[in-house]
Amino acid sequence: MKPTSLSRRRRAWDLGARLLLYASAAITCALLVFLIGYICFRGIPGLSVELLTTAESILKGTVGILPALQNTLFVIVLTILIVLPLGVGAAIYLTEYATNRRLVGAIEFATETLSGIPSILYALVGVIVFCTALHLQKTLVAGALTLVIMTLPTVLRSTQESLKTVPQSYREGALGLGSGKWHMIRTVVLPSSMDGFVTGCILAVGRVVGESAVLMYTVGLSTAAQYFPSITDLAMHPVASLLHLMKDSGATLTVSLYLYAKERADFAVAFSIATVLLALTVVINLLAAWAGRKLKRS
Amino acid sequence: MPESILSAKHLDLWYGENHALKDVSLDIPANRITALIGPSGCGKSTFLRTLNRMNDLIPNVKITGSLTYRGEEIYAPGQDVTALRKNIGMVFQKPNPFPMSIYDNVAYGPRTHGIRSRIKLDRIVEESLRGAAIWDEVKDRLKKPALGLSGGQQQRLCIARALAVKPDVLLMDESTSALDPISTSKIEELALELKQNYTIVIVTHNMQQAVRISDCTAFFLLGELIEFGNTEKMFSQPAEERTEAYITGRFG
Ligand SMILES: Nc1ncnc2c1ncn2[C@@H]1O[C@H](COP(=O)(O)OP(=O)(O)O)[C@@H](O)[C@H]1O
Ligand SMILES: [Mg+2]
Repeated sequence: MKPTSLSRRRRAWDLGARLLLYASAAITCALLVFLIGYICFRGIPGLSVELLTTAESILKGTVGILPALQNTLFVIVLTILIVLPLGVGAAIYLTEYATNRRLVGAIEFATETLSGIPSILYALVGVIVFCTALHLQKTLVAGALTLVIMTLPTVLRSTQESLKTVPQSYREGALGLGSGKWHMIRTVVLPSSMDGFVTGCILAVGRVVGESAVLMYTVGLSTAAQYFPSITDLAMHPVASLLHLMKDSGATLTVSLYLYAKERADFAVAFSIATVLLALTVVINLLAAWAGRKLKRS
Repeated sequence: MPESILSAKHLDLWYGENHALKDVSLDIPANRITALIGPSGCGKSTFLRTLNRMNDLIPNVKITGSLTYRGEEIYAPGQDVTALRKNIGMVFQKPNPFPMSIYDNVAYGPRTHGIRSRIKLDRIVEESLRGAAIWDEVKDRLKKPALGLSGGQQQRLCIARALAVKPDVLLMDESTSALDPISTSKIEELALELKQNYTIVIVTHNMQQAVRISDCTAFFLLGELIEFGNTEKMFSQPAEERTEAYITGRFG
């Protein structure tokens, strides 16, 4: 074969490959834009102050998703408050302290596997362990605990990966100056792996926001009005009102989306809920990124 | 010879099955520069890292024999490793400033050891940067990230960072091998100046460097200390044939 034909062929391949890559990028973007556009197109018209700030009323015949919004936010906050310290702490222990490499490898393999399990299995665990065995019944706290178990592998892995990207030379530098181990981790390792926590946090929130199977079985399906502590309640009896809140049962946004779409065939409301979910995800991701930058700087 | 500040007696070290230091006995004199030379893999870094217990970070290391700092056993069970490392500072092969500002890098050690006063920290930072001959280059950008400095500046910053905790001994593991000749000679000059107040132990694979700056030289081969003595004497009339072979470039 002559060299010219070879290089011509290579150029043809090059062009072909580039076109294919462009095409996949274009299709991906188009799908995404279409999806978001379609949801907003169908959902935004149905958004109203009444929808967002009231509960559904059968008597008045009005629809409102305030309880679902409350439940969703509460489940997110509770899950993150528990899973972050747990996952980050475990990741720090496994990467910085544990000396038994084989055990660490086994745990990493297990978490890898756990993070790929369909969520309905976690729902089962939640029902058996939290709702039944621990007598929590269908409550926000049972749901949050189940979601903690579900998101723990994700948070653990992403934190571990980010800890591993911190150069060993930083650790040696700090220890060489006479820093204790925990001081070294707190002042040098953790600030350099802040991106990992933010990613872990975003992934976890994403799974929580998008989760429906677990919440259906562990938090419940009610779309009725919810207890929500007033400022005076919170000030006067903070523990009691938070406990009351945790023991509430009811549908979250994803669950009520399912209920409206599937059981009541009310697609207008379902799309409005979808729009709210989209907006919520965007807001939370922006918040997490902002918090990460703030923490990194201080 | 002046009094010795670090002293090894029949020191052996194993990495698992690998016998990396064999019966090393060596007295490092105070306020002098001691060079550790030898072919790659002969145990220079290993020996250096036993002096401030940086080997503690590596699993399965076993050490026997005696190693003292000012007469105190470095590997004694009750030894305060933090205090030891404060006294015996280290500068690594590759510059490793933290991803923080220049100021915070230098202040890291003093803060770690409990100094909070802004005035004191300011003074220590300036003194240390001057001590490491980099003050003039960075005094206008102390709040800028240290990672924006050149390699040679980063290494002098690391020296400043080590000086900031007021050590007594400075260990340098091939600390100029990643640098250009001009930065290297700056750091060599710096070492010569610092030896008035500090004891310095350097690992180098550069024999000209050992001759230029060190007072004593230790030659290692396959984990053994072959020869130790006055640098000038060792390079002019080595006592051992293997030393001569190495310094004349016949192996390694
Ligand atoms: N962390 C380690 N784990 C196991 N073996 C090591 C480790 N560091 C060094 N060694 C071994 O110890 C010997 C001496 O290494 P080193 O002290 O780094 O030599 P040098 O600094 O003279 O090049 C080598 O055989 C090397 O393979
Ligand atoms: Mg070495």
